[in-house]
Amino acid sequence: MLNKIGRKTYEFVRSIGEISSIVIRTFSFIFSGFVNRKNAVEQMVEVGARSFPVIGLTSIFTGMVLALQTGASSRNIFNEPLYIGTVVGFSIVKELGPVLTAVVISGRVGAAIAAELGTMKVTEQLDALYTLGTNPVKYLAVPRFIANLTMIPLLTMLANAIGIIGGLLVTAYKWGVPSTVYWDDIFNYMKIEDLMHGLVKSVFFALIIVTISCYKGFTCEGGAEGVGKATTSAVMISMVLILVSDYFLTVFLVAIGIG
Amino acid sequence: MIKLSNVQKFFGKNHVLRGTDIEIYDGETITVIGASGSGKSVMLKCIVGLLKPESGEIYIDEREVTKLEDEQLWDIQKRFGFLFQGAALFDSLTVAENISFGMRNLTKVSEDDITDRVKWCLKHVGLKEIENLKPSELSGGMKKRVGLARAIATEPRYILYDEPTTGLDPIKADLITDLILHLQKELKVTSIVVTHDMVAAYKVSNRIAMLYDGKIVEIGSPSDIQNTKNPIVRQFIEGKTEEKITYND
Repeated sequence: MLNKIGRKTYEFVRSIGEISSIVIRTFSFIFSGFVNRKNAVEQMVEVGARSFPVIGLTSIFTGMVLALQTGASSRNIFNEPLYIGTVVGFSIVKELGPVLTAVVISGRVGAAIAAELGTMKVTEQLDALYTLGTNPVKYLAVPRFIANLTMIPLLTMLANAIGIIGGLLVTAYKWGVPSTVYWDDIFNYMKIEDLMHGLVKSVFFALIIVTISCYKGFTCEGGAEGVGKATTSAVMISMVLILVSDYFLTVFLVAIGIG
Repeated sequence: MIKLSNVQKFFGKNHVLRGTDIEIYDGETITVIGASGSGKSVMLKCIVGLLKPESGEIYIDEREVTKLEDEQLWDIQKRFGFLFQGAALFDSLTVAENISFGMRNLTKVSEDDITDRVKWCLKHVGLKEIENLKPSELSGGMKKRVGLARAIATEPRYILYDEPTTGLDPIKADLITDLILHLQKELKVTSIVVTHDMVAAYKVSNRIAMLYDGKIVEIGSPSDIQNTKNPIVRQFIEGKTEEKITYND
């Protein structure tokens, strides 16, 4: 029993060490200028442009349902739909925009990264990179880090805008509230710090997704079954870390006055 | 020259190399035989620096390499070409990009020279006009040959072959064996072939070494191996499935 606990603890500590090593080596390559521009652009297209339709669809319906629920609740309490823009705006910009974008990206892009790198590991392509004078972290992790750390915040901003527009559609056409009132409800109360609150979270979530996915891919073992397990655990761990860290990030950001 | 001295390698509780000693002379083709899981591929990966042994020394051209860091190791790795068991071609790159990958990273060759060199490498492995194909469009034998073309592209001094004929039908396996012989004559490289295909081993080797229980238990010319009285080697080369013979020091 003690042996088992000791072994699990050792494996956990070793994983933390390996994850830290990947992150440190990746950022040292980035800051030293070792960036394969072609690969980075390809990854940015994959993460950004190809994820946009699903992010757009998720965001518009999130905004719409928020406006519908807020309007209905507000009408039940106050007999008229009040402050829909404020509730929709704050909910989307500070929470739902960054969190939903990160969850969708971890399922789409995180899974793809873990599966691709895992397949390369089990088919000895990572070993082949080494023998051909290329560090796999430099060739594979660096462009993926750059793509995720730039595109996920950008997608989050777009998700915010699309979600707020979705809320506007329901507010205006379902509840009959003039659009000027909706926009006033948002801009009278929202500050730049609130926008920053969501953006800081999105950068942190991007780091979680790309780090866990790359780590799971690089350490994948055991053929097709191993690739499947690495992919599933990359998505599961990323999602859990996103949702758990969201609470602690919010506590921290509120404490230092950002949002 | 490559020299391994008392090399030990563990994977958890699995003690794979248990004091492996071997010397590989310049210009020769040596084949390492042994049962599946006996550590042949691990030995190759230790030589090229993909795995670090727990103890022991590995000398490449009289330089000890087991303690070298990545940047110094790549200077050594430039001297090697490695044909992986499954060819390990990069799926996302074309045949030409696969072959030129090492040249772009390890050498200072112009783009025109790279194009010519890719054609030259493909010609030497008996292929042409497949530069723009992706690995998924190639057959198993073609993948091995492209892997071999990639291995020779940087003009290495040493070529390491990890199970070059595994998974191929006998005709394609013979074709790959002929290619190894052809490259040996043309390029005068030192080759280490890891295999359990005895037909290929007898055909390409100057010397054959048997790895058993993490140690080299027999080494000699193909005829020495064929006529050996060592029961472990005899059982392996004759493919007997009788009770497993254990080796005692």
